[in-house]
Amino acid sequence: MNQDVKRRAAEAQLSAMPLPEAEASWAREARAAARTRLLEAGAPVRRDEYWKYTNPDALTQPLAAVAISDDPPALHAGALAGQGALVRFVNGTLREDLSDSLGGPAKAVTTLSQALSQDISIAREIFGALEAAGQEKVDRPLAALNTATATEGLVIQVTGEATPMHAHYQQIGEGSAMVHHLIRVEAGGSFTLIETGVATNTVLEVDIAEGGAFNHIRTQTGDRDAHATHLFARLAEESALKSFTLTADGSLTRNEVVMDLVGDNASGHVAGAILAEGQTHTDNTVFVTHTGVDCESRQVFKNVLGGTAKGIFQGKIYVREGAQKTDGYQISQAVLLNDGAEFSAKPELEIYADDVACSHGSTTGALDPTAMFYLQSRGVTRAEAEAMLIAAFADEAIEEIEDEALADLIRDEVAAWMAKRG
Amino acid sequence: MLKIDNLSVKLEEEDKQILKGVSLEVPAGKVHAIMGPNGSGKSTLSYVLAGRDGYEVTSGSADLDGEDLLELEPEERAAAGLFLAFQYPVEIPGVGNMTFLRTALNAQRKARGDDEISAPNFLKLIREKAKSLNIDMEMLKRPVNVGFSGGEKKRNEILQMALLEPRMCVLDETDSGLDVDAMKLVSDGVNALRNEGRGFLVITHYQRLLDHIKPDVVHILADGRVVASGGPELALKVENEGYSDILKSVA
Repeated sequence: MNQDVKRRAAEAQLSAMPLPEAEASWAREARAAARTRLLEAGAPVRRDEYWKYTNPDALTQPLAAVAISDDPPALHAGALAGQGALVRFVNGTLREDLSDSLGGPAKAVTTLSQALSQDISIAREIFGALEAAGQEKVDRPLAALNTATATEGLVIQVTGEATPMHAHYQQIGEGSAMVHHLIRVEAGGSFTLIETGVATNTVLEVDIAEGGAFNHIRTQTGDRDAHATHLFARLAEESALKSFTLTADGSLTRNEVVMDLVGDNASGHVAGAILAEGQTHTDNTVFVTHTGVDCESRQVFKNVLGGTAKGIFQGKIYVREGAQKTDGYQISQAVLLNDGAEFSAKPELEIYADDVACSHGSTTGALDPTAMFYLQSRGVTRAEAEAMLIAAFADEAIEEIEDEALADLIRDEVAAWMAKRG
Repeated sequence: MLKIDNLSVKLEEEDKQILKGVSLEVPAGKVHAIMGPNGSGKSTLSYVLAGRDGYEVTSGSADLDGEDLLELEPEERAAAGLFLAFQYPVEIPGVGNMTFLRTALNAQRKARGDDEISAPNFLKLIREKAKSLNIDMEMLKRPVNVGFSGGEKKRNEILQMALLEPRMCVLDETDSGLDVDAMKLVSDGVNALRNEGRGFLVITHYQRLLDHIKPDVVHILADGRVVASGGPELALKVENEGYSDILKSVA
């Protein structure tokens, strides 16, 4: 019964989006497989265990693709403006006329629409494949919806030390804007992707070969409708991933990170700083799978919640049989600035190897009143003392960013949020 | 300068009277000491003066140069010239000591209508003050009091006092946790700040601090009341006879 409802909702979502046309047969097959995944799983509903803390209704409305806009507003990239080669997505469409050139040393870049109409091997190997693998233990229907219908994104093959790229999303008007990126970091390559702005539904599939490094810095700021993101990553031997997201306010944000440390000695770090006031809802859901031996993973999430803001963290470390010497760590913390704010955390460990070290922790509380008094007793105003303690709290997530200059820009973004808060 | 009149204070959370009509007056340029056994209300007095939450003033007043301290927020008291050197300085992870000191100084300057101090001038000022207290710059770069030894924490308190130049300094058990050398260093720092315009209220359990910071007047606080006041000889009497004899003699 419930499954029927879920399936019908998924069908409605699919039929609201136009079917992508003129694609290569492998792409059509990948789309069809994604549609099947979506219909079998059905759209998420509140009763799903994975959506216990976040009502998905705002994310499962059958929205048509938002109309293409000729006249995009000015860039709104905040403190990260000017970082990386800019690629602008307006209503889910890549606007090459408003973007920097897509090339650059040590990487080959094409657009998703081009890649899906041709026979580009990395696209064929990755598109929908990491997303499908990420559904092994838990349904992620919004990601399957994206694979089935998203028409644009970047396809990046990194062959050496590549310069950063910056995807900026904007949406004008009602409707759905989907973006789907594919990234392959070849052996020994390194690459940083910056994402700013917000699209309704983004999927990032990242395949990191031996010794490769992928850094991901993302800000989600400003007024916006409900949106969901997925990062699927596969890490080969001795590769490294670091992903950081700053989320400021937002009616409903669901960020899922799904990574599998497949090769031995890989390292995956996921961090987030959440600053939210008013009626906002921010859900960070992370699923880390340890498959290889001697891998290290780290999840650090710091929530600053005021007003009636809700913060959610669902974090799982799944250690497969044979993934010995796994070092898994997870911490989620929240500072509640007043009584109306709420934080829920669901840490999970599922371990099938016997020689592992996994730990998790979660705390919720107010700003330390003793520290507040100490600062105030030195003449620091209440607002300034709060700002200092909030910045210090959020900094534990920001410190996870590899590039110190980008970390400082994120600190500026945090300061700007607090200044606006007053 | 500091005038405490018939001050009575209870804990907000429970019906427990801590101070029961404390009166004393510290004139500018003078050092008054408050001694007393554990639980006499010494630390409560310092916290109430500085404006910590959790206490309810049931009667009396505390004025600094005629300004009602009890009406002010903690930061306003600081701007008015009051400084409390904490018995247990607070560790604040993630906030750099240098950032903290500069923010505090600028906040006070701003509250008084002065311009903020420039970064180079601040650095110069802090170097000069830190040097006399034997504080190295490395310590200033660390988070506030985090990983500091007991002596480093107390020196950091005196550094803040030297930097902020308050008119009225309250020192709460500044000697606790200090060895003889550290006590001398801290006391020298305090003595260097003594001048005609500045008052001190030195709270201590033991007389030994008062060998280094010589008081003009000594008050004995017991069970929330000032039970005896006198010259420095009163402190020596405590040292020799203990609190119980003095309390008996005033009873």
